[in-house]
Amino acid sequence: MVKMNDEEKLGNGQDIICAKCNISLEVSPVKFNYVGVAFSVSLFNCPICGLTYVPAVLARGSMLDVQRALEDK
Amino acid sequence: MELHQYQYLEAKCGQNDLPRCAAECPIHVDVRGMLQEAKRGNFSKAYALFAQTVPFPGIISQVCEQPCQQVCIRNDIDDGLAINAIERACYSYNEKKGSRAKLLLQKDNKVAVVGSGISGLTVAYHLANKGIKITVFEAGNNLGGRLLELTEGILNRRIMLNDLEVLNDLHVEIRLGVAINNSCSNSFNELLQEFDAVYLGLGQRDISALKLGLELNSNGTICVDPTTMETSNSKVFAGGSHLQDKNCLSVISSVADGKSAVISIDRFLQKASLTASRHAFGSKTTRLLTSVDSINPQPMVPISDPAKGYTEEEAKTEASRCIDCQCLECFKLCEYMRHFKMEPRALARQIFKNSSAIAHRFSLPMNSCSLCRQCEAVCQYDFSIADFCEAARETMVKAGRMPPSAFGFAIQDLKYSNSEAFVLTRLEPERSEIEYVFYPGCQLSGSAPWQVSKAYSYLREKISGGVGLMLGCCGVQASWAGETGIFQESLASFRSKWTELGKPGVIAGCPTCYMVFKKHLPELSVDLLSSIFDKFGLPEPAQSNSLVLAIHDSCTTRYEIEIQNSIRKILNNLGHTVKELTASRELTECCGFGGLMQISNRSLAHKVVDRRIEESEYDYLVYCSMCRDNFTNRGKTTYHLLDLIFGDEDGKIAARPPVGYSRRHDNRARLKNTFLKEVWGEDISYDPTPVKLIISEALRSVMENSLILDFDLYRVIEYAERTGNKLQNIVSGHYLAYFKPENVTYWVEYTAEGSGYVIHDAYSHRLEMTSPGESENDDNQTCRV
Repeated sequence: MVKMNDEEKLGNGQDIICAKCNISLEVSPVKFNYVGVAFSVSLFNCPICGLTYVPAVLARGSMLDVQRALEDK
Repeated sequence: MELHQYQYLEAKCGQNDLPRCAAECPIHVDVRGMLQEAKRGNFSKAYALFAQTVPFPGIISQVCEQPCQQVCIRNDIDDGLAINAIERACYSYNEKKGSRAKLLLQKDNKVAVVGSGISGLTVAYHLANKGIKITVFEAGNNLGGRLLELTEGILNRRIMLNDLEVLNDLHVEIRLGVAINNSCSNSFNELLQEFDAVYLGLGQRDISALKLGLELNSNGTICVDPTTMETSNSKVFAGGSHLQDKNCLSVISSVADGKSAVISIDRFLQKASLTASRHAFGSKTTRLLTSVDSINPQPMVPISDPAKGYTEEEAKTEASRCIDCQCLECFKLCEYMRHFKMEPRALARQIFKNSSAIAHRFSLPMNSCSLCRQCEAVCQYDFSIADFCEAARETMVKAGRMPPSAFGFAIQDLKYSNSEAFVLTRLEPERSEIEYVFYPGCQLSGSAPWQVSKAYSYLREKISGGVGLMLGCCGVQASWAGETGIFQESLASFRSKWTELGKPGVIAGCPTCYMVFKKHLPELSVDLLSSIFDKFGLPEPAQSNSLVLAIHDSCTTRYEIEIQNSIRKILNNLGHTVKELTASRELTECCGFGGLMQISNRSLAHKVVDRRIEESEYDYLVYCSMCRDNFTNRGKTTYHLLDLIFGDEDGKIAARPPVGYSRRHDNRARLKNTFLKEVWGEDISYDPTPVKLIISEALRSVMENSLILDFDLYRVIEYAERTGNKLQNIVSGHYLAYFKPENVTYWVEYTAEGSGYVIHDAYSHRLEMTSPGESENDDNQTCRV
């Protein structure tokens, strides 16, 4: 099973704040769903409103690998 | 696609048929394989391939009549291959000399072979090699029958005896000097009692005197089934020169008879059907076509010492004249087939297997074909890989197994083009009836909207019966994506709007729309815009230098000779010089847009374009806007026909710069606004991207490759600014926001600047975030929901 890269998952999340709640993000699990498969990934989130941060390096990197692996299942 | 449909379509391809040499050989020796090994100097491997089919390689290599050589395709160029001489070289230079007898358990079955000519010996060898007890009865004092009549110069007796040694190894019992008949003795009937089956290889003799009790032909030969060699007595089989015309006796045909009898006797002993799934040995026609256009003449290599035959070097050189007959005409032209390194039938098989009900497994080959049907155009038997890809895509969509990423972008694009943003259906102003309606199509409208406006003005001026306007997408992208339902909806919607307009003649701006309407809406009369120029006269073009242009014909209209001619005529009338590409008209190639190749397999689409644009040093002329955009985007100066008539945005005759997805998308809506305002005096403007987005060239290229539009970015920013749902990078100060309008989540990193936004980054993902910040699960543990 292709896994998302830990470094990519967090990216520069420590530099990101929720502009709406004006609070630093914290790492917590986020549920994902694709082609009928559900799983969760620990990403930076806003602890108040739940806004999530998906770093560009993750979206273009191992997240895309996971997408392709799921499509090929 | 049902199995029988697949089998029917796959069987159209002749590539897997035997080459001429093997087809003509009555026992179908793999001559091509043998020569390929011999030319590399692998004489042992070449010999193994020969000996795999031939029972006595030493004998056959000397006495075969060589029907293979007579039909060799090289006879059309210079000399047929010296196959027999190479066979002898393989025999001489084979280094694996061990016995050819297999060590098998002896079975209880006993078979008598009467006559020790080549057919009888063939039966003895092959059946003994299956573990059956064989007794050979020969009236004379030596084995060989008719072979013994050949001179030592033709058949070397040492080689012959050496070949027959295998019968000893197989424990074949030889009874010499025993005549079998029912006239002087009752020995034939006794044979029938003692043995489970009998093979008669009686040679050229009058057998009526033998009183065998078998049905005879009018010429006195034994009556046998030509496929099974079965006689009127079900346990007796016959063949060999006995059945041949005495003026054209053939050793290799006798071997073929023996091999047929072997299959029958083996089945007879196992009480199996003699005829089920049975093909007769013997020469047959082949559907394998091989082009010799690029083959240079190179005469047969002479044998320096005829007594010894070819030296190894001579045999290698002669074998290397074999052109390794293959068809592969489609494969040679098609970048897609070459990319997957699969021959047409193998590719078809894989696509069918993957899409079949058992697998329903997505595979890149089924989604990467441009469906351009160049393969079908070049094939003598109309084999088309597109048949398999189209069916597979439809099957995958119906089964819900088509990955959303495969064609999702194209379907969104189609839906947008058939939404209120672009769709427009109007009669000509101040008219209640129209003779024609202009349908420019979504891609031309996106690439060069001003040309669409100018074309519409031209049509209104030239055509007195009135010309309406229809904006929209013909739906072909859904058809290519296997989304039959969406395609049918698009067609139905078009038909209903066209009916509302009074069923006018349709003038299509795009060759693909033209073909879609022609093929799927036969009740409608459709012309391509270029044909209208031909019919009503060209508009006055802007001043231009005379250009030399290589024409790339559109793949969708590969069989539309009148369109192809009219394009060339217009170019001549405009004073330009036309050059033809090698693959043009019927054999033209796709630009990578067809079949949505550029959506599902972008790197392959780039390869396709890059190869095509390298074909000629001249600038290209096309008449489909996707061909123009794709060629231009890869760096080839390419003119659309309308560029030479209506010019660029400033009206100058010039090759236009590249146009990407975003501009095509937004231009459509803007074109509708322009038409409404300028032709119908209505001002209900809709701008898909109403704020200014400042995007660097580098990022724009990334967006183009990732299929992200300005429109997508605008929707993210609009959502973030409206709801306040955005993140901020405290180091750079940039805002970050995401929004998922349909199936894709788009992310934008941006800062506000004046009334617009500077875009620092843009990316997307298809994995759907369903509930941030909820219960603890292990990372990446997947489960089906």
